[in-house]
Amino acid sequence: MNAQRGLDIVVGAFVLAGIVALLTLTFKWSDFSASSIHGYTLTADFDNIGGLTNRSAVKLAGVTIGRVTGIRVDPATFEAVVTMQIDNKYNNLPKDSFANIYTAGLLGAQYIEISPGGDTAVLKNGDRITMTQSAIILEKVISKFLFNKAADK
Amino acid sequence: MSVEPYIRFEQVSFARGRQRIFDRVNLDIPRGKITAVMGPSGTGKTTLLRLIGGQIKPTRGKVWVNGLDVARARAGELLAMRRRLGFLFQNGALFTDLTAAENVAFPLREHARLPEPLLDRVVALKLNAVGMLDAAESMPSALSGGMARRVALARALALDPELMLYDEPFTGQDPINVGILLRLIASLNRALNLTSVLVSHDVAETLSIADQVIILDQAQIVAAGTPDELRARMGDIPFLQRFLQGAPPDEDSDRALAARTLLAKKLRVSV
Amino acid sequence: MGVINGLIKRLSDVLAALGRAMLTAAAHTGALAGFALRLAWRLLPAWTRPRLIVQELFVIGVLSLIIILISGAFVGLVLGLQGYNILSKFNATESLGVMVALSLVRELGPVVTALLFAGRAGSAITAEIALMKTTEQLSAMEMMGVDPLRRVVAPRFWAALFSMPLLAGLFSLVGILGGYVIGVLVLGVDTASYWGQIGEQMQPVADVFNGIVKSLVFGAVVGLIAVFEGYAAEPTSAGISRATTRTVVLSSLAVLGLDFMLTALMFGA
Repeated sequence: MNAQRGLDIVVGAFVLAGIVALLTLTFKWSDFSASSIHGYTLTADFDNIGGLTNRSAVKLAGVTIGRVTGIRVDPATFEAVVTMQIDNKYNNLPKDSFANIYTAGLLGAQYIEISPGGDTAVLKNGDRITMTQSAIILEKVISKFLFNKAADK
Repeated sequence: MSVEPYIRFEQVSFARGRQRIFDRVNLDIPRGKITAVMGPSGTGKTTLLRLIGGQIKPTRGKVWVNGLDVARARAGELLAMRRRLGFLFQNGALFTDLTAAENVAFPLREHARLPEPLLDRVVALKLNAVGMLDAAESMPSALSGGMARRVALARALALDPELMLYDEPFTGQDPINVGILLRLIASLNRALNLTSVLVSHDVAETLSIADQVIILDQAQIVAAGTPDELRARMGDIPFLQRFLQGAPPDEDSDRALAARTLLAKKLRVSV
Repeated sequence: MGVINGLIKRLSDVLAALGRAMLTAAAHTGALAGFALRLAWRLLPAWTRPRLIVQELFVIGVLSLIIILISGAFVGLVLGLQGYNILSKFNATESLGVMVALSLVRELGPVVTALLFAGRAGSAITAEIALMKTTEQLSAMEMMGVDPLRRVVAPRFWAALFSMPLLAGLFSLVGILGGYVIGVLVLGVDTASYWGQIGEQMQPVADVFNGIVKSLVFGAVVGLIAVFEGYAAEPTSAGISRATTRTVVLSSLAVLGLDFMLTALMFGA
C-alpha cells in the first residue's frame, strides 16, 4: 500500500505541475512586467502616440528606465495621456525634461526617450512632463517634405 | 439434470480461412468428469477450448455450455458463464507485471468485492492448494515453467469454477512436474466436483486420469469412450492404434506414400 | 512485341502492387475505425477504476517527463539564439520573448511533445499490449470474464489523452525559460521586454487554449494508434517489433498532418 501511495503522490504532482504550467501560460504573464518595476509614476501628453502600447519601454540615453503603464485620451484636449512607471533608481530627472516618441530602427517597436533638461527641481511621483514630441508618422514626414519642395519652386 | 452433459457440440463446423478445423462435430462432455481431448498437433484441440469459452464462434452449429448457447449469448450471459470457468493456458499466461499472489488475486479483485484481509486469505488458500504458497511474492519471470503453470492453476481456481479447461498442461514439463500436475488435476476434480476438459497429446499421462477420451483427427471425431473402451477398440481403428501407441505412420497408408512421393520429387530421387 | 508485352507485364505488376498497398491501408484504417468504436463504448466505464488510470498516468506521463523537459529546454535555447540573431537585424530583440513563447505555445509545444511522446510512450504502450497479446495474457483476461479493452486498453488511452496537454504545457514553459536564459541572461535582452512582450501579445484563448486543444487531439490520436497497433499486432516477436515501428511512424505522420489542418482552422483565415 505504501508503494501505491508513493505512486499516487508522484502522479498527483505531475498533474498539478502540468496544470500550473498551463495556467501560467494563460494568465501569469501580465503580472511579470508590472511587478518587476518598483517605481514612481509620471504622465505626459502627446498629440499622437503612433504605435506606442502598454509596456513600451521608457528610455534615458538608450537605457530602459521604465515602462508605459497606461494610455488614454483626455476628453478635454483630445490629446493622448500616457502614464509611465519609472524605476526608483532614476528619481533625479529634471523637471524640464523632454519626452519624445521614437522608433527602434526603421520598423521596430516604439518607445519614449526622456531627454533630461537643466532644472534643479526633479520630477516627482504623479508629475506631468510638459514638453513632449509626438511620434513621427512616416506619411506626414513625406507629405511635409513634398509640400516644402513644391513651395520652394 | 445431472445426466445432461455439461457441454454439448451440435453439428459444429469451424474454419480458419480455407482450412477446415471442425466439420459437423457432435460431442458431449459429462458433468463432474475429466474428459480428455486428444489428437495430433494441429487438429484444433485448442480451438475446441476457445469455442467452449466463447472466444471464437463456430461457423455453423451450436455450442451449449451448461444450457447456454455460447455463440448467441449476450455479453452479460457470456460474462456470467466465464466467471464459472477456469482456463489454464498452455504457458500459464500469468500477468508478467504482477506477483504470483496478485495474479491469483486478479479475478477476485475484478469480480468479487472482498475486504483485503479476506482476499489475502483466499489467495493464500488457493496458492497452498497447488503447493505454491512459498512463491507468493515472486514475479512470474522468477518462476520456472512448471511453477508458473501451478500458479496459473491457482488463478484459474480463484473464483471456484464449475468447469476447468486445461490447454496442454504437460507440454514441456519434466516428469516430476507432470506427476504433480496430474495428481492436482485429478484430486481437484474430485474434491471440488469440477467438470474438466483436458486437451493434450501426452497419451499415457492423460489416459491415466481421464474418465472419458475424445480423439480428433482431420476435423472429425475418430473415437470416443473411456480409456479402457478405446484400448479395446484399438484393433478396429488403425489411426487409434498408431496414436495411442505412438507408432510411426503406417508405411502403406496413402497419406504417407503421397508425402514420400512429394519429398522424393523435391529431392529428385526415385522412390 | 516481346518488349511491349514485358512492359505491359511490368506496368501491371506495379499497378497490382499499388492496388494491394491501397487495399491493405484501407483495411487497416477500417480496422482502426472499428476498434475506435469498440473502445469508445468502454471509455466511460473505465472510470469505475480510476486507480488503473492513475497507474498508467505514472507509466505514460511521469516517465515521459525527463525527455520532455530536457527537449523543451534545448528547443527554448535554440529558439532564443536563432530568434535573437534574426530579430537583432530588425532592431526588434525586445520581441524575442513573444517570438519564443508563441512558437512554443502554438506549434512546437504540442507538436514536438507529441512526436517525442509517440517515440517514448506510444511505442511502449504498443509493445506492452502486443506482448500481453502474444503471451495470451489478454486471452486469459477474457476467459476470466474481464474485458481487456476496458481493463487494459481504455486506461492507457485516457492516460495518453491527459498526459499530452500537461506535458506540452511543461515543454512550452521550460522552453520559454530556456529562451530567457539565452536571450536575457546571455545575450542581454531586457528582462522586462522579454516578459512584457509575452504578456502584451499572447492571447489566453487564441494561443494557449488552441495549443491545449491541439495537444488533446494529438494525445487522442497517438493514444489510439498506440493501443490499436498493440491490440492488432501479430502475436510473434517480429509482429511486436513491426507494431511498435508502425506506432511511431503512423502517429508521427498523423500528428504532423493534423497539425497543419488544425493550424489552418485555428490561425488560418
